[in-house]
Amino acid sequence: MKQAQFERQFSADWQWLEQQFAVLEKLRPGEAAQDPRLARLPASYRRLCHHQALARERGYSISLIQRLDNLVLRGYRLLYRPRLPVAAPLKRFLLADFPRAVRAQWPWQLASAVVFCLSMLLLWALVRQQPEMIYALVDADTAQQLEDMYHPEANHRSERDSNDDIVMFGYYIYNNISIAFRTFAGGIFLGVGALFVMLFNGSFFGAIAAHLSNNGMHEPFFTFVIAHGAPELTAIVLAGGAGLRLGWALLAPGPWTRLDALRKSAGEAMPVMYGAFALLLLAAFIEAFWSPRLFEPWIKYSVGSALWILLFGYLFAGGRR
Amino acid sequence: MLSLVPVGILPRAAAFFIDLLIRTPFYLGAWFVVLTKAGAGAGLMLILVFLLEWFYPVLFEVLRHGQTPGKRALAIAVTHTDGTPVTLNGSLIRNLIRQADFFPMLYLTGFITMLSNQRFQRLGDLAGNTMVVYVNSERPAIQVISDSSTAPDWPATLDDQQTLLALLERKDTLSAARRQELSAFAWPELNGAESEQRAMNVARYLRGHS
Repeated sequence: MKQAQFERQFSADWQWLEQQFAVLEKLRPGEAAQDPRLARLPASYRRLCHHQALARERGYSISLIQRLDNLVLRGYRLLYRPRLPVAAPLKRFLLADFPRAVRAQWPWQLASAVVFCLSMLLLWALVRQQPEMIYALVDADTAQQLEDMYHPEANHRSERDSNDDIVMFGYYIYNNISIAFRTFAGGIFLGVGALFVMLFNGSFFGAIAAHLSNNGMHEPFFTFVIAHGAPELTAIVLAGGAGLRLGWALLAPGPWTRLDALRKSAGEAMPVMYGAFALLLLAAFIEAFWSPRLFEPWIKYSVGSALWILLFGYLFAGGRR
Repeated sequence: MLSLVPVGILPRAAAFFIDLLIRTPFYLGAWFVVLTKAGAGAGLMLILVFLLEWFYPVLFEVLRHGQTPGKRALAIAVTHTDGTPVTLNGSLIRNLIRQADFFPMLYLTGFITMLSNQRFQRLGDLAGNTMVVYVNSERPAIQVISDSSTAPDWPATLDDQQTLLALLERKDTLSAARRQELSAFAWPELNGAESEQRAMNVARYLRGHS
């Protein structure tokens, strides 16, 4: 069959399909799935694929082949749609999948946590021993600001009102979650980016805690950080671990090609990143609305410790049968 | 067989800038609020900036057939490498790792990665198993008017056939001199006008307009 005859015979089919595609493409994914027109599509689509194969095989003109290629791709994109995760998976995710995903990559999570904690302890010990070492990390102005911020008689601590809380809530979301995402992305450079963030944040946290303790401000500092520290530090470490997992896939892909290993590890890391995201939302909420409240230290210490215990209990035991 | 045509750096950069232009007024408005009013509004604006920065592409790619407004303007879309529409996970992976592609500046890492694989994928695309392809590159069906035709005097292969058909279908976009120059490759023994006439006749015969 020659091309002109082929076109005369089937171009009505292709035009009909084009119209169907144009309508269906405008619908939202959910609506398109309900649309009765979609039910008639597979048969026409199969016929279209058949035409495309024939056109290629018979050496018809490039423009016709491109037109059919394009139609096939449009039909394929309409027929093969992913399902969007909705409410039911969310519950299962929180109750089981997230802690399981974290435990599934425990060597990298452990490495991430160890790097974070070691650099924190090291700098804590260093600055406790040699108080002036803090100025190697932060300049004098920043150190002064930190001292002012946690000074027991600082008046802004009592004057903070609900508007400020919301500003800080927004800031913590913007800043902390961006850091977590960047940590994960940095992991793709053979883990170096993720390791750097763990080292840097661990050292910084340890040094500041030590500096404030040197100046007798450990109580305002620790009562402030203990509660939101649980979800916040944990989430940063989790993002670091997920990033290390990415980097490790490229460094030591095992039985897979490096590309396949990367894809696999990125897929496995996603539940951890969703979880880290949720934890950081929680942390921002606590940090903005609970941490600045001035209660008796024992209340803040016990609430904070309870959060740590609950969180680690959840990560270690959640989703086990 | 699906034909997925990867998109090069320029259309992708253009799409990125269109998206950036769309987001810019929101960024400016948000920073203005943050810098002038230290109220609840400022907190909400920071959340807005966070969402725009990280989830603007994800939202559109997942809900709008793999197309942000910028990609839609350029008729390109994100798909998985098997041509299926991008999933939430795939879109999130490619947009989180965008940061690594941006490193150290102006998408240098992403650019080098794109040049070193066949599908023009940046790091985020490689990890998410996604790619950017042309979609809906709709061109009007070409009309060929019946006219005199001649059977080829040689056993025409499929390659010969496709070459001649392409010449016939594109003749209105080529100058007369160029058409004659191209036809002369096949019939060097004829003069320019004759060789073009012969090429068109044979092409019409092969296409079936006799």
